[in-house]
Amino acid sequence: MSGWSIIRLFTIVVYGFMFLPVAIVVLLSFNSSQFGSFPMEGVSLRWFGELWNNDAIIRAFRVSFMLGALTAITSTVLGILAALALVRYRFPGKSVISTLMIAPILVPEVVLAVALLLFLRWLDMPKSFPLLLLGHVIFTLPFVLLVVQARLVGIRRDYEEAALSLGANPVQTFFTITLPLLMPAVLAGLLFAFTISFDDITGTMFWKPGGVETVPTQIFAMLRNSISPEINALGTVMIVLTVALPLIGMALARRMAARLR
Amino acid sequence: MDGRASAMRPWLLLSPALATVTLLLVVPVMFILVYSFWLRTATGADTSGFHLDNWIEVLTDPFYRDILFKTLRIALVTTLFCIVLGYVPAYFIAMSRTGNKTLLLLLLILPFWISYIIRTMSWINILGASGGLNSLLLTLGIISEPMRLLYNEGSVILGLVHFLLPFMVLNVYVSLEAIDRNLLDAARSLGASDLQAFREVTLPLSMPGLAAGALLCFVLSAGTYITPVVLGGPRDAMFANLVFDAIITQLDWPLGSALSIVLLVVLGSVVLVYNRLVGVGQIAKSFG
Repeated sequence: MSGWSIIRLFTIVVYGFMFLPVAIVVLLSFNSSQFGSFPMEGVSLRWFGELWNNDAIIRAFRVSFMLGALTAITSTVLGILAALALVRYRFPGKSVISTLMIAPILVPEVVLAVALLLFLRWLDMPKSFPLLLLGHVIFTLPFVLLVVQARLVGIRRDYEEAALSLGANPVQTFFTITLPLLMPAVLAGLLFAFTISFDDITGTMFWKPGGVETVPTQIFAMLRNSISPEINALGTVMIVLTVALPLIGMALARRMAARLR
Repeated sequence: MDGRASAMRPWLLLSPALATVTLLLVVPVMFILVYSFWLRTATGADTSGFHLDNWIEVLTDPFYRDILFKTLRIALVTTLFCIVLGYVPAYFIAMSRTGNKTLLLLLLILPFWISYIIRTMSWINILGASGGLNSLLLTLGIISEPMRLLYNEGSVILGLVHFLLPFMVLNVYVSLEAIDRNLLDAARSLGASDLQAFREVTLPLSMPGLAAGALLCFVLSAGTYITPVVLGGPRDAMFANLVFDAIITQLDWPLGSALSIVLLVVLGSVVLVYNRLVGVGQIAKSFG
């Protein structure tokens, strides 16, 4: 066996390791048995029906969607503005500020969660939805910033300078030239922030008020009992949502990029 | 355009993000440093002041030290597994000349989008007493009793490797993809074997990506508390579990602050060493 085919075999095994557990979640979610485990007794959609009728889960989805959407919008606006400053201007202290901006990725999320919680509690802010939102914004911001920055570096300055020299003011230039060219990164940033927020559990467990659950914390709470087929069904819904959304987003971004070219 | 106005502009653009990071990260971290010197009182409100009690407890009680070492050991083993399991697929995708490269890459990024809690709990379906593996072995008659595969340190590490592997593959892939292929042709034309060319050219040039992936795997696994709760037993608590228990369960915020600072200092020094050797900018390359 040649070296290359060993490498290929190893790669296939690793992909199997990555996808097998996920595939089994999807498979078991269609199991008609009472218990969320093997053997498969028959194929049924029963557990998806149970999900739909479970108020706690529907509520959790509502919270997660709202939180994800608000986080995505806030982080992306802040990220675009900061990226413009860091890519398009020269100013003293720039490298320190660049590092500071990605600090939320470098600080362990547990520490960030504790620090934010205790500080805002000290300021008498209760555990609440706004606290969750602030927390999610702070740790998604660096990701959005990095995505937008990477794209902005590739947009030639000449276009903006042409607009400026033709009499457009900087704000007009941004909205008519820079933003359309930046759109794929803006969409990617929105999706990125949404998915990170939608998936977060580490910080959310610290910040969420009692009685409010997001989808991941709801799953976590359900795991306390035992693994039920309902959790597998919920897992399948999550997988479809979080995989399909980015794929649609990527396809959209590609189409937009093609049209601009 | 007024010169002073244009000098102000980057600061104007930066100010919302800068204020967010300062008020929601920098100030709060300094705040818990101060808070760690306060004292918890039975009556409710914590007393402010400068008390060393929490710090003496955290730094002298062997309980905390042992769990810290165990956490670092688990993070290290996880990172080593990720290096071995991650390098080969990244190499395969980067060097493959097939047209399926895009598809392979897509598959590689896909796990990033699958929920962490789902991926973690998915192992219960496989390793649990009535999970896939035990059912299979029982049916085949290889074992007569289900094996206890879950709720131990091994299953915690397995879950962490499964969660963190894509970070490693992506970082290594980015640095492998950036290597000028002419260098490899040059090495071979000078008489190097494939293995020598790999050792002398490819491996050293992919080191920055490998280091970035290793840093992420180490820091993220050392800071986790969800995986040990879902896949570990009662004795498999990691350092972040102590933080969670102190803050959420016992409501001992001063102690929780001190424990958070310990975790921040330990993992922060790992990041600093890495920054001296490689530079944090390497991580940003995966977003290009």
